[in-house]
Amino acid sequence: MKVLVAVKRVIDPNVKVRVKADGSGVETANVKMAMNPFDEIGVEEAIRMKEAGTVEEVIAVSIGAQQVQETIRTALAMGADRGIHVNTDVDIQPLAAAKLLKAVIEKEQPQVVILGKQAVDDDAGQTGQMLAGLLGWSQATFASKIVLGDGDAEVTREIDGGLEAIKVKLPMVATTDLRLNEPRYASLPNIMKAKKKPIEEMSPADLGVDPAPRLTLVKVAEPPKRKAGIKVETVAELVDKLKNEAKVI
Amino acid sequence: MSILVLAEHDNADLKPSTLNTVTAAKAIGGDIHLLVAGEGCGGVADAAAKIDGVSKVLVADAPEYGHQIAENTANLLVGLADGYSHILAPHSTSGKNIMPRAAALLDLQQISDITAVVSEDTFERPIYAGNGIATVQSSDARKMLTVRTTAFEPASGEGGSAAIDKIASAGDAGLSSFLRAEVSSSERPELISAKIIVSGGRGMQSGENFAMLERVADKLGAAVGASRAAVDAGFVPNDYQVGQTGKIVAPDLYIAVGLSGAIQHLAGMKDSKVIVAINKDEEAPIFQVADYGIVGDLFDVIPALEAELNK
Repeated sequence: MKVLVAVKRVIDPNVKVRVKADGSGVETANVKMAMNPFDEIGVEEAIRMKEAGTVEEVIAVSIGAQQVQETIRTALAMGADRGIHVNTDVDIQPLAAAKLLKAVIEKEQPQVVILGKQAVDDDAGQTGQMLAGLLGWSQATFASKIVLGDGDAEVTREIDGGLEAIKVKLPMVATTDLRLNEPRYASLPNIMKAKKKPIEEMSPADLGVDPAPRLTLVKVAEPPKRKAGIKVETVAELVDKLKNEAKVI
Repeated sequence: MSILVLAEHDNADLKPSTLNTVTAAKAIGGDIHLLVAGEGCGGVADAAAKIDGVSKVLVADAPEYGHQIAENTANLLVGLADGYSHILAPHSTSGKNIMPRAAALLDLQQISDITAVVSEDTFERPIYAGNGIATVQSSDARKMLTVRTTAFEPASGEGGSAAIDKIASAGDAGLSSFLRAEVSSSERPELISAKIIVSGGRGMQSGENFAMLERVADKLGAAVGASRAAVDAGFVPNDYQVGQTGKIVAPDLYIAVGLSGAIQHLAGMKDSKVIVAINKDEEAPIFQVADYGIVGDLFDVIPALEAELNK
């Protein structure tokens, strides 16, 4: 069985994101980039499936400009076997990403596809569900546990009220939540080995997909700032302020 | 122009998030219909019909909708989409699961987590954990939207008298089935709709210590939340998590205890009306957004707070 994982290159989540002065977007020049944290969890899960012997091959796919190959290399260094780079400079929105991934999946025929539940740049949280819909496959979102069976999988999902277990038929699309696993760091020898692993390049045209965006970004604004308040010395003073000044208790 | 709102419910009760979503629909403007898909959900449909501003309630009552399996509910939405200019759902784990699947099947680029309606095709939504507010315009024929419920006031659940139409099921897709739920049972209010929230972070040191926060929460009629660090450490279950990748809350009062205030946590609570921070590190970023701060050891401050509230 093959597993395909989708990985996205995003601004490192530890970097403070700044809105551009002209409101056209956020600053990306000379900003540290990283693999989307939820996608790292996806790569880790796929590698663990391979280590458990249920999966023979792990393929990492990324969509974007030339630099996304760095993100694919990171996945290869963690343990993925080969990479696929859908090379495009177009602003890829979730529906286009899902269509491109669908075309790759139809070529590769994996039984399991894993994506992060959301990318921490646009915070849309759509691509996995869209992909499952387009493929007509079962979907297991916000997974905190995946147990592969024979022709199906039992997946525990993180939902608003707690946890939910579902049984899904394979092939499936799963999206990762935080508690699925803790991704490993790539070791130096594995980083060296990853340089020799193959990355196949293709374009949206090769895949027969029009990736044109449907949404126009009108502007990006700074969020309203909260003013820092005051420090109080005692609990009695705090409770008094909450009762008589803020009137919230 | 007609708008379809996917109601959030557990077959017994309509969730308050539906009311906020109806308000977002009103801001777009048009005839508002509510879809209740569930099993044995007649009571929910009755409650939905009373929501102010809703003109029709569509009820699909069938076993395949009993657990909000996305494949089934998405197919139902796809079949209904033709008559509607906009389809909305709360940006809850259920809405997030169902809506993008339906959007893709309809060849629509959904807009997630809207915080404001600018016009019928233009919406505001947070990006980068709320560090930017994007205004986006859709060129799609139909708009598929999920709604950040804390950004819209709830519509009144009284005063409406919508017609209730039973509609046929779109069938079971036969792809996924529900096995079991481990739902946290608590007498406390739900995190998303609570007026007061007491949240703990890594500084709580253990799950047992959360009992201190629970006692304070019960004094205040509050819900208990947590930072990602506290959830990852196993102190409390995942559904306690407030933040960019957990729940987004905006209560009247948010008391942050022993949590530093990482950007990702602030993204989930900085729209709270009043924020209190209790932390022994006076440099903790949480103090930059707090209206009232106490610099001190939470193991002294929280028992003192409980005692003060008991007075």
